Amino acid sequence: MRADPAEYKLVSPGNLQAALLVMAGEPAQWLPIAGGTDVMVLYSAGKLPNRKLINIWNIPELRQIEVFPERIRIGAACTYTALRRHEIISREFPLLATAASWTGGIANQNRGTLGGNIANASPAADSLPALLVYDAELTLISMRGERRVAYRNFHTGYKRTALADDELIRDISLPRRFSGYLSHARKVGARIAQAISKVCLAGLGQIANGTIRDVRLALGSVAPVPLRLSETEQMLIGKQIEPSLIEVVRKTAMGEIRPIDDIRSTARYRAAVAGNLVAEFLEKLAAEGTKA
Amino acid sequence: MNASPETSAKCEIPFTVNGEARKVVAHPMERLLDVLRNDLKLTGTKEGCGEGECGSCSVLLDGMLVNSCLVPAAQASGANIVTIEGMSAHALMKPLQAAFLECGGAQCGICTPGMILAAVHLLEKKPEPAVEEIREGLAGNLCRCTGYMQIFEAVANAARRRVAT
Repeated sequence: MRADPAEYKLVSPGNLQAALLVMAGEPAQWLPIAGGTDVMVLYSAGKLPNRKLINIWNIPELRQIEVFPERIRIGAACTYTALRRHEIISREFPLLATAASWTGGIANQNRGTLGGNIANASPAADSLPALLVYDAELTLISMRGERRVAYRNFHTGYKRTALADDELIRDISLPRRFSGYLSHARKVGARIAQAISKVCLAGLGQIANGTIRDVRLALGSVAPVPLRLSETEQMLIGKQIEPSLIEVVRKTAMGEIRPIDDIRSTARYRAAVAGNLVAEFLEKLAAEGTKA
Repeated sequence: MNASPETSAKCEIPFTVNGEARKVVAHPMERLLDVLRNDLKLTGTKEGCGEGECGSCSVLLDGMLVNSCLVPAAQASGANIVTIEGMSAHALMKPLQAAFLECGGAQCGICTPGMILAAVHLLEKKPEPAVEEIREGLAGNLCRCTGYMQIFEAVANAARRRVAT
């Protein structure tokens, strides 16, 4: 049944401090809404459990992208369009810019935000594997203060996160040390725009003296959380890429994931595709990794 | 029995619609789509899926293409909104109308206002888009009649007409 707008509150504090004060006053009662591309879908379907919403779309502190010599800091309410248009992000973090271009159509990219994608915590979100391989760090903020959390520790289970009841994600910080890596992003879904992935991969790698110096792999839609393939990565470091290695690693990757059957695909298909995507990445790394 | 929910007060929401200053009195969580259609009687904006998948309810909000079904009215406070009705005086409207007619880009018409606004949003940034750019620019707008090729052709045709003039 469609929601009745009279039953929902929406307040617009307009700045970060005021928003945090509202949330501190009644922890867990206020649901933040930025571009609404997730929240409004649930709301319209009458499935939004929260009755009180707090507007964080118009909070300037959350919309900045700041560039420092060592890192780039992306405000949590920056849109996919802002990410795609940013010169440093396009050049140094192509996996994030590419994932932003896959997320919905243009209208949803104009409204959907990176912080929203993180907080919504869908294991199928396209931008999250990129954040894993780029070693993203989140700044969480509340009236009690700020704390930093490594993004790889943020998702604690299916749709569960380290975010406390009175906290907002303030920014996402990425270290600027991956421009020398070969990067590879692949989404497998019914179509690119507006279709949620069956499997998506973000990969970074570096070859030195014919062997793998560093490799970073993450997959979406294959586990309850966006998954970094740590075991698979460990098997690859220091090795030369050969067909026999690719076959072993394909199996390791398929063993490391925990896919399920759902409306978009089956666990069996997802495992096969995940193995193929890792193999495809390694073939590309072997062919082009030395030049990167 | 559920506890009776707290109700929200209606509030006055001022914005500019198609160049005109307007005010509505609405609940803050009312969808911009409903405010435009029901309060302002701007029924050119259509509701398709109501969940941000189909693009029928596209409008320009401060120059950005958005799905108005996903925008709470309060977030449009102070904004500059352009709906399909506001496009009549736009320089791109004549070439787009002519091209959609010539190429068969419109059939039942439900998707057409959204297609036109997505095309305008694209052509304002890229006056001579490649086919791939047209496909990407319109990827969030679904059409169940044409099969899309005629629409892509129409947008390319409109771009050529406009560049020629």
